[in-house]
Amino acid sequence: MLKIKDLNVKLEEEDKQILKGVDLEINLGEVHAIMGPNGSGKSTLSYVLSGKDGYVVTGGSASLDDADLLDMEPEDRAAAGLFLAFQYPVEIPGVGNMTFLRTAVNAQRKSRGEEELTAAEFLKLIREKAKALKIDAEMLKRPVNVGFSGGEKKRNEILQMAMLEPKMCVMDETDSGLDVDAMKLVAEGVNTLRDGTRSFLVITHYQRLLDHIKPDVVHIMADGKIIKTGGPELALEVENNGYADLLAEVA
Amino acid sequence: MAVLAAKIEAAQARVSEADLPKGAAWAGQARARALGTLRAGGLPHKRDEYWKFTDPARLAAAETPTADVLPIDEKPVFYAVDRHRMVFVDGVLDTDISHPLKMDNVEIETLQQATGKDIHWARDLFGVLENNGQSPVQRPLAALNTATAKEGLVIRVTGKAQKPICLSNIRQEARTDAVIHHVIRLEEGAELTLLENGPSAARLNLVLEIELADGAVFNHVRTQGRDHQRVAANHMFVRLGRESRFKSFTLTANGTLTRSEAVIEMTGDDAHATISGASVGDGDFHHDDTVFLTHNAVNCESRQVFKKVLRNGATGVFQGKILVKADAQKTDGYQISQGLLLDDDSQFLAKPELEIYADDVICSHGSTCGAVDETALFYLTSRGVPKAVAQDMLVLAFLSEAIDEIEDSELAEDIRHRLEEWMQRHRT
Repeated sequence: MLKIKDLNVKLEEEDKQILKGVDLEINLGEVHAIMGPNGSGKSTLSYVLSGKDGYVVTGGSASLDDADLLDMEPEDRAAAGLFLAFQYPVEIPGVGNMTFLRTAVNAQRKSRGEEELTAAEFLKLIREKAKALKIDAEMLKRPVNVGFSGGEKKRNEILQMAMLEPKMCVMDETDSGLDVDAMKLVAEGVNTLRDGTRSFLVITHYQRLLDHIKPDVVHIMADGKIIKTGGPELALEVENNGYADLLAEVA
Repeated sequence: MAVLAAKIEAAQARVSEADLPKGAAWAGQARARALGTLRAGGLPHKRDEYWKFTDPARLAAAETPTADVLPIDEKPVFYAVDRHRMVFVDGVLDTDISHPLKMDNVEIETLQQATGKDIHWARDLFGVLENNGQSPVQRPLAALNTATAKEGLVIRVTGKAQKPICLSNIRQEARTDAVIHHVIRLEEGAELTLLENGPSAARLNLVLEIELADGAVFNHVRTQGRDHQRVAANHMFVRLGRESRFKSFTLTANGTLTRSEAVIEMTGDDAHATISGASVGDGDFHHDDTVFLTHNAVNCESRQVFKKVLRNGATGVFQGKILVKADAQKTDGYQISQGLLLDDDSQFLAKPELEIYADDVICSHGSTCGAVDETALFYLTSRGVPKAVAQDMLVLAFLSEAIDEIEDSELAEDIRHRLEEWMQRHRT
């Protein structure tokens, strides 16, 4: 599914190397978690995969089902099945949540040669999915993320994910700013989508989220590299001992 | 002095003594007064304080200009609205293709008919609101209009108008000057929606004088066609009575030079006035909104909301003033003007002005200029929305604050749809 090989990335504006040779392979249906201290390059990895401006790839590759991701525009990556749940979902005044999602869903369907959803079909589908995430209809009518609480924003990200049905879901610190109940709701949303036909890359600081979304593989990232890979027990180790031991071990 | 002499000379060149309109004594006096104003001060010049950002040369020039007539295949804006149509072809009313000059609760006359009558209610308005608006800032093109206009409608609304009146403009000739002067009075408690659509002429000089008696409600939505080469000077002089409500929105798409001036005076307590506009320009486009809004009564509310989207060297101008007189306590004034530049070649020039003499007043104003929000653009495209579509969504969202000022949601939707089409035609 997702193959990242020796990925090297620097900032466009300044000569600062952020990723220093990331290797990562996620197979169909797997859930991988990336943990790591602040500034280790976790968010950068998610942005580079989804095509945000401001980064320069200085080496390596990233592909989704053998298609070269780094060569595509963000919208084409989305159509190819990549989805990024933002750490800070963007507020867009004046653009209705519903209009936005319908445009996105139909644009993706169109680019994949599928029939576009009618207004009625779309409405039925989104109501169903919103209900499961406890998102009320009022919220759907409002402008994208405007006036949403932190939890509402994150639930809205998961709703978008559920509507777009991506193959590869990258979640950037989806747990940040969530209370325990909201986190459970978000995790349920993710687990519903975890049906073996798609893969997940969950970026998080804390083990907490991984109690609810059980990963198959856990990676530790530090200073732009993956320094250790293991099973779910690795996350527990971090929770108990912090990153210091792991960093020392590698050094 | 050289500038003033040139301005006066330019004014002389535009007025042909033999061709001046004729009418009843009161109309003659109003026209003579306007002519006097024009001859004393001349036509506008780019050295004038309120013409610094907009060169009036093409509006003032003696020669009638030429502008290609844009072939339009789509349905005109408002076509789905049940409306009373008055059709002007090249700036001249065509009664054959217009609806009748009457409607329930509405009296409609031509300017020529009305100004030919010895006794007429319009004597208190025709050239009067325009003349009041000549101070403290001169508006010579409006004086030129009062002095020379032969076309226009004189409309009196006595109750609730059953449907909107739509002033539809059609162009046939490439080289035309249109000078049109409408006078509208809404009697106490009367209601009217006025629509305007279509391009008038290669060069248009339009004046609307509007009076709202106590409790009257007036809604106005104007579009102006989308001919690229046309030049236009629009003036609106408005006087609001007690508890009256005035709302005006203008859509400007294309046009090499458009100046829209609004002079609004709140003279009765508890009145409301909103003036708003959305404009979109690509390339050879210059659009100027100049507003002078006076609060001269207690507890009135006013809103000015202007949004401009500019690309490929287009220029947007906003000059907006709120004057709050000493007795206009409890005034609530709001003014926002914003430019969205889609590239580095375009410019937005703004001059907000507040002059407040009352002490119990809320007045807020803001003016911003920026580019499309890259973070929002990435968010939308990361969900699979193609970049061009995403940009259109953000541009429309930007314009929405002005469109939302339109009272009728169906009319607002029509405007929104037109803007969507314009953006689709102007994608990079």
